[in-house]
Amino acid sequence: MSAPHAVGPPKTSHGVGPPLWLLLELTYRCPLHCVFCYNPTEFAATGPELATADWLRVLTEARALGAVQLGLSGGEPLVRDDLEPIVAEAHALGYYINLITSGVGMSEERIRALKSAGLDHIQLSFQDSTREMNDFLSSTRTFDRKAQVAQLIRKYDYPMVLNVVLHRLNIDHVGEILAMAEALGAQYVELANTQYYGWAWLNRAQLLPSRAQLARAEELTRRFRERVGSKMQVYFVVPDYFETRPKACMNGLGSIFLAITPDGTALPCHAARMLPGLELPNVREHDVRSVWYDSAAFNRFRGEAWMQEPCRSCPERQRDFGGCRCQAYLLTGDATNADPVCELSPHHHLVTEAVAQAERAAMAGAAPGTVAAGATPLIFRDHRISIAVEPRRGAAPAA
Amino acid sequence: MSGIALGARPAIAHGMRLQWEPAQEAHVLLYPEGMVKLNGSAGAILARCDGARTLAEIVADLERSYSATGLADEVTTFVALALERRWLELRE
Repeated sequence: MSAPHAVGPPKTSHGVGPPLWLLLELTYRCPLHCVFCYNPTEFAATGPELATADWLRVLTEARALGAVQLGLSGGEPLVRDDLEPIVAEAHALGYYINLITSGVGMSEERIRALKSAGLDHIQLSFQDSTREMNDFLSSTRTFDRKAQVAQLIRKYDYPMVLNVVLHRLNIDHVGEILAMAEALGAQYVELANTQYYGWAWLNRAQLLPSRAQLARAEELTRRFRERVGSKMQVYFVVPDYFETRPKACMNGLGSIFLAITPDGTALPCHAARMLPGLELPNVREHDVRSVWYDSAAFNRFRGEAWMQEPCRSCPERQRDFGGCRCQAYLLTGDATNADPVCELSPHHHLVTEAVAQAERAAMAGAAPGTVAAGATPLIFRDHRISIAVEPRRGAAPAA
Repeated sequence: MSGIALGARPAIAHGMRLQWEPAQEAHVLLYPEGMVKLNGSAGAILARCDGARTLAEIVADLERSYSATGLADEVTTFVALALERRWLELRE
């Protein structure tokens, strides 16, 4: 017997492994209006949602390729009244099924039905520890509802997994957020700092925290981990903008991750809809196998041939794959550039300038956790604004 | 070393799922938003952790399957690691 251990993801003989992680964004409809939503700002201009039968076919085809981790997301997936049959089919096919939800739309009747359909896990999002800030940031009255859903999650014997997106307006509440999570009996808490795509990109000047805020939050998290020990796993995701090396985004595009958007467009990452010149395939016209292995879009950023300097000759290129293509595009206007988060990028100053601007805003203004009077108003994710907004590409949003 | 009693009955932890994946030709462990691919030996050990068999029985079964002896240390070490990572839990 050889030594037992865990191993990395598989590759086929032609070097491309299966889409192990499948994300179905079942709908862009959402009762919340979060200022940091990563959904495309132009979501209202996309086509009609796939029908139940289309989703079931996608599940079958992707499973045959080896997809096994399934995320059901949106928008708010509970808006779809066919969520239960989708879960049942996914379960029968052998997926591990994660529901990623705000909790709005969950009832005891639905959670019972989802449980019996085979749903494995529910990730519940909170916007803050206080009703006021939670409700402000989502532009809804949802805090109490979420707390009730957390109780349902416990009652139905699911692991309690909470996600809280952090940014300048709530990052000073990390202590309270963790206390809330503990009181709710959370086993996993993801403190995910906002990354700047979609609606968060529009609101970047208002959302990016200062370095001091980030350091305080990390220190509070460290102390909390020490106190609670292993009963709770706390993940703290640092905003890319404070790093000096980029993340290995999606483990490289077209490597393990496949997202299907509400209208059937297939994406190699959550935000790829914005990338120019990518002719994204649609599962209405192509089966999942040809989307994954054959489409130009999914092959575009595989391997290294697309890279420019400094990535092309960088000894770290196989570790981070040049970082995030969408971030490179948003900040520099060219998706083949190095992710400017990297301090080796000639565009790194775009990131440090944004951070410096956040520092100035934090100094000038507003008490932590509040919005300064006279500051640029936050843009809430909204159907009407989505129609009106021009996606601002290649240039940083105004302060 | 680990100090796990040979009479302990390890089981796949609550909220985790172990399954064979033909596309990966491997056992994988699935949990909220994560997945671990196991090599053959690790998969063989975890597949026997059903909460019914004792650690001693698991070792004996593996020794029969692999026509080997003296696997107790290696298996116990891996079970200890899996407990630490919360892949496994002990049933009384």
